[in-house]
Amino acid sequence: MGERFEPRIVVFACNWCSYAGIDLAGVSRIKYPHNVRIVKVMCSGRVHPEMVLKALVDGADGVLITGCHPGDCHYISGNYKTMRRYLLLRKLLRQLGLEERVRLEWISASEGDRWAKVATDFVEHIRRLGPLRLKEVMSAE
Amino acid sequence: MGEVRIGVYICHCGKNIGGVINPSRVAEFASKLPNVVVARDYMYMCSSPGQMLIEEDIKRHNLNRVIVAACSPRMHEPTFQGVLKKAGLNPWLLEMVNIREHVTWVHEDVPDKAEEKAKELVYAAVMRAQHLYEITIHRLPVVKSALVIGGGIAGIRAALDLANAGIKVYLVEKKQSIGGKMAQLDKTFPTLDCSKCILTPLMVDVARHPNITIYAYSEVVDVSGSAGDFKVKVRLKPTYVDWSKCTGCGYCTERCPARAPREFDEGLGTRKAIYFDFPQAVPRRPVIDPKYCLWFTKGICRACEKLCPVGAIDFNQKDRYIELNVGAIIVATGYELYDMTKLREYGYGKYKNVITGLQLERLSDADGPTKGKIVRLSDGKEPETVAIVLCAGSRDEKHVRYCCRFGCAAAIKHVYYVKHSVPEAKVFVLYTDIRAFGKGYEEFYQRLRGMDDVYFIRGRPAEIFEAKDGSLIFDVFDSNTGQLLSIKADLVVLESAVVPPKDWESLRRMLKISCDPGGFALELHPKLRPFETTADGIFLAGAIQGPKDIPDTVAHAAAAAAAAIGFLSKGEVESTPYLAVVNEDLCSGCGLCASVCPFDAIEIKEEGGRRIAKVNVIRCKGCGACAATCPSGAMQQNYFTDTQIVSEVSALAGGAK
Repeated sequence: MGERFEPRIVVFACNWCSYAGIDLAGVSRIKYPHNVRIVKVMCSGRVHPEMVLKALVDGADGVLITGCHPGDCHYISGNYKTMRRYLLLRKLLRQLGLEERVRLEWISASEGDRWAKVATDFVEHIRRLGPLRLKEVMSAE
Repeated sequence: MGEVRIGVYICHCGKNIGGVINPSRVAEFASKLPNVVVARDYMYMCSSPGQMLIEEDIKRHNLNRVIVAACSPRMHEPTFQGVLKKAGLNPWLLEMVNIREHVTWVHEDVPDKAEEKAKELVYAAVMRAQHLYEITIHRLPVVKSALVIGGGIAGIRAALDLANAGIKVYLVEKKQSIGGKMAQLDKTFPTLDCSKCILTPLMVDVARHPNITIYAYSEVVDVSGSAGDFKVKVRLKPTYVDWSKCTGCGYCTERCPARAPREFDEGLGTRKAIYFDFPQAVPRRPVIDPKYCLWFTKGICRACEKLCPVGAIDFNQKDRYIELNVGAIIVATGYELYDMTKLREYGYGKYKNVITGLQLERLSDADGPTKGKIVRLSDGKEPETVAIVLCAGSRDEKHVRYCCRFGCAAAIKHVYYVKHSVPEAKVFVLYTDIRAFGKGYEEFYQRLRGMDDVYFIRGRPAEIFEAKDGSLIFDVFDSNTGQLLSIKADLVVLESAVVPPKDWESLRRMLKISCDPGGFALELHPKLRPFETTADGIFLAGAIQGPKDIPDTVAHAAAAAAAAIGFLSKGEVESTPYLAVVNEDLCSGCGLCASVCPFDAIEIKEEGGRRIAKVNVIRCKGCGACAATCPSGAMQQNYFTDTQIVSEVSALAGGAK
């Protein structure tokens, strides 16, 4: 057996809820796997599906989109837009067999512990799925 | 900006970062990345020597991008932006990397992995920083005046506070007098102050204040512009009395032969067709009601016109419109009572002796239809038994889910009214819970609960039936004792649920603010910013944000006024740095961006024969929804352009080279 597979995960986090929640996990010293890499956006509604695909194509094994809970969006309705885009994106991902590698989660600014749990679960989930290697496949052609 | 020259600064944050990873190694790694001119580490970057180090480097190395890897940008981004500003650089050429909250504080157990992660994050920041550009903050001057919509106690308090701070205030009230619901109350809980005695002096203060102009019998019909510079169109409804001539003597109202139900008495008393809302009305100017006036209905009479000593009657008056220019708007439109006829099992509107709490206020008021005597409406007799029903429509999935927040205290006060007017009366209070949360409320409750012949029963009545003599019979299950009681009452008082005013929805859309599930205005933050809205320059005062009693309303209104004063006295409004920006060469004018904008900040305009999206720089709050929707990439978001985000994503996905 070789080394344990360490997935590479890109996380989109909105400034007002999720990024603050992830910060809170830090302030509270709640440990979670190191595999996650946070990209800050002002609102999860800014995340274009192409950005998610780009992450997978360029080497990420999984992508997590996080935003405020429904009804809590700092910009009134950004997270509802995120949800609709995510559901459409999932249809496409299903065709590609990548459905399992992208997830949408709501993390509030007070949910540092919930973030740690979401991150841990997702890293474990992707670890079970194994490496994606989309980058290698694409560059081989 | 020509050649990209990046400086990278890795903070130790004492042992917070330096105790887990080796910042010097991260700096050394960074120094080899594209366009990095200088990379250093330091014990405390945010300290004065740390800041100075960056400032000197910017000048010495002619840097035009700065990356600080330290704590969360939520902590020190403004600090380091200040350093850039001081060194003559645009503050948005800064990029922060969160290696404390997101790395060393959570991955202490795997320091090697933590350091690797820190390096990757710095790498991604360097890749992103290549695409940063200068951001201009737009500034617009603020018009130093305010509009207050609604002249109840909330609007009165807000208007006075603003006016006392030297701000010109326009107070728009839809009825002919200010005063609102509080003017209709006999007394206020828990002190039993006479409501009018504490309210009317404030009404007079408003009328006399040199900085306040009241537009009564008027309504806002259009709002355009944005924070700091709103244009508001107000409709002055025809009163058929020239208020500029009228002296308020009241001869006209004495001789008018036509009668109508008196709104101020909740339909219990009568008024004339030409009338004052109530005797202490401010402004004290009458209005002709064309629905009842004999001239309008039958073409006869005109007695008022003949009697008026100053010739103020004008039957030909039409709608008039004025336009106001204000910097801030305070919404103080208050609440309405839920329609009690919707609770069919209680028989309101069908049985004469089922009344609302507000109608009881009018009966108890010395100025009311019964001169302050509490009687049965069917026969004018004193009631021997009174049942007060709480949560009528409130906390009920079929009607209104939320609590009205003053029904309990009002009911306790109503027990006092009844016992004061008819000392030997029996009073049943049918409650769900008694929420005596305010200052002095619990003491008030205990005092009234202990009175003779006052019974608090925890339960809601079943269907109410009317007996031949007009009294009311119903069963109620007392959940405290587990008994089913049968009660016969002469008078049933419903403490109604509270809802936003009927015409609120159209005003809310004009103001472009959101609402909560109950339909009330949505505050910016339920705890920290309860009197602000997502629309800059628009503030909330009183029950329009959610049901409130008088003390809470007044506190809320004063807070809204203070926030508006702060906003107006800054003198100018600033755009968000994260503004949506349009590449007009790419824009096809499809309008998708405008359709997703939650702030109505994008307009599609015709220009040179084609349609182009234009962003209102003050309305835009910088969420980026439009940029994510634009099919051509014409719409971008400052500091979060497609290129900036994608270069960061790509770097993080691929790992450091």
